[in-house]
Amino acid sequence: MSDTEAHVVILGAGHAGGTAAALLRAYGHAGPITLIGEEPIPPYQRPPLSKAWLKGEADADSLALKPLEFYAESDIDFRPSVSAVELSRGSKTVKLSDGSALNYDVLIIATGARAIALPVAGAELDGVLFLRTAADAEGLKAALGPGKRMAVVGGGYIGLEAAASGRALSADVVVIEREARLLARVADPVLSDFFRAYHESRGVEFMLGASVTGFTGEAGKVTGVTLTDGRTIACDVALVGVGAAPNDEIARDSGLECARGVVVNLEARTSDASIYAIGDVAHRPLPLYDRMFRLESVPNALEQAKQAASSITGRPAPTAETPWFWSDQYDLKLQIAGMAFDADRILVRGDVAGAKFAVFHLKGDQVQAVEAVNAPAEFMAGRQLIQNRKAVSPAKLADSTISMKEVAA
Amino acid sequence: MPRITYIQHDGAEQVVDVKSGLSVMEGAVKSNIPNIDADCGGACACATCHVYVDADWIAKVGPASPMEASMLDFADNVADNSRLSCQIKVRDELDGLIVRLPESQT
Ligand SMILES: Cc1cc2nc3c(=O)[nH]c(=O)nc-3n(C[C@H](O)[C@H](O)[C@H](O)COP(=O)(O)OP(=O)(O)OC[C@H]3O[C@@H](n4cnc5c(N)ncnc54)[C@H](O)[C@@H]3O)c2cc1C
Ligand code: FES
Repeated sequence: MSDTEAHVVILGAGHAGGTAAALLRAYGHAGPITLIGEEPIPPYQRPPLSKAWLKGEADADSLALKPLEFYAESDIDFRPSVSAVELSRGSKTVKLSDGSALNYDVLIIATGARAIALPVAGAELDGVLFLRTAADAEGLKAALGPGKRMAVVGGGYIGLEAAASGRALSADVVVIEREARLLARVADPVLSDFFRAYHESRGVEFMLGASVTGFTGEAGKVTGVTLTDGRTIACDVALVGVGAAPNDEIARDSGLECARGVVVNLEARTSDASIYAIGDVAHRPLPLYDRMFRLESVPNALEQAKQAASSITGRPAPTAETPWFWSDQYDLKLQIAGMAFDADRILVRGDVAGAKFAVFHLKGDQVQAVEAVNAPAEFMAGRQLIQNRKAVSPAKLADSTISMKEVAA
Repeated sequence: MPRITYIQHDGAEQVVDVKSGLSVMEGAVKSNIPNIDADCGGACACATCHVYVDADWIAKVGPASPMEASMLDFADNVADNSRLSCQIKVRDELDGLIVRLPESQT
């Protein structure tokens, strides 16, 4: 469909929704655009919330995707502090939390994901925090500092980044993880062990294989985390980072096809031709891996915003990208390209002890994924190899005296 | 405020004031200058903020870090004066800086 006069309503003013609004204008969409956001501020980047911003190295201004004036100047009706509560596909209307209703011609669902809460006693205590929004990050930052003790529940990327930032702010940090290793769901054991050792050498304590049974408190404020083995870990603040769940209830209730999120195709279109879903809320095809998946990353939000904006304005669909992700901890830059699906062997290139290495996941002689620590050449070349479906010589790849240019040639 | 000129690959020119302390990339994004996507928001992780620094400014801007140089090695259309604009911090002595965008960013 290409109707340049259509009223496009975007639900969720996050990284995906904000980008889609800007791209629609950049691609020449002339009809009205309404951007509905539950949060009080215009679309912003979340990655710095656990990294540079938390450490005090970036200001609030630098988080915004675009300055507030951009929306009025671009004739985008940005409505903060209001959320969508119900979608009626038959009448093409969305009910909002302020009691009003909006009609759409085209709808983009970009409601993202929310932090998962622990269903345990004491989870409602003050000082039991999440890290998903700028407001969450303000709260966490205020609770950290010299002499403070933070317990991080969950050894995933956000938890580990917050741990590193907490150390930079001179707080004591203990990370509690249910699995036997860190990053268990998302990274290779070589990385798990490496990150654990690196954090430990910077003063972070780890409790692995430890399940949380509750939080203890005094006068309504958290004082500790209790574990299944009966121990209580004292803390001034507890950060719960155990994953995120898609905000797909509106879509589900309206009968749109959903799996682990709202099911879309490579145009980011849902089972209803006038509705798109993009970003963390979408369950999308990964053509390079021949399967469906829900990704949680900025590059994914941007790619799907492009897909939806292209489809709405009648542009050809953009080429499918290789999924990628990054994480900053201390002086480490981790860059990941691809997904480790169906890999039959892993190969480590570089110097793990020297904190400059990459883990390649191979399927035969094809690279499925690369996890690169302070190794941008391995990341960049790896990403190109994955994208181009090019075979490599594993022997050459393992030999770090042979440059990545030559390996990829 | 330092004034920076961004020249698109097709020659279109935009001159904007950028606050000291921001990066050349942030200056572009805030003024809605197209084709500097900055997917990673300045983490030196994506190479979508590639620019060519005008010859007269190379010395003042200074060299790329080893991390940035490795990213640039694998970017498209790289030249000797290529930089990642998120890694150039704007300061008073960069008033007048001119950067050009590569063909891959159109
Ligand atoms: C601390 C942190 C660090 C991260 N670090 C990285 C990183 O280093 N690299 C990376 O690639 N990714 C990172 N991510 C992930 C990345 O930020 C997300 O993938 C990205 O924000 C997804 O964009 P989105 O628009 O789908 O969702 P969001 O950015 O979450 O935006 C969704 C918006 O919709 C709003 N909303 C929800 N429901 C409604 C409703 N019913 N009505 C109206 N509005 C609604 C929400 O309030 C929110 O503002 C990080 C995330 C966090 C939280
Ligand atoms: S913005 Fe990503 S490398 Fe500059």
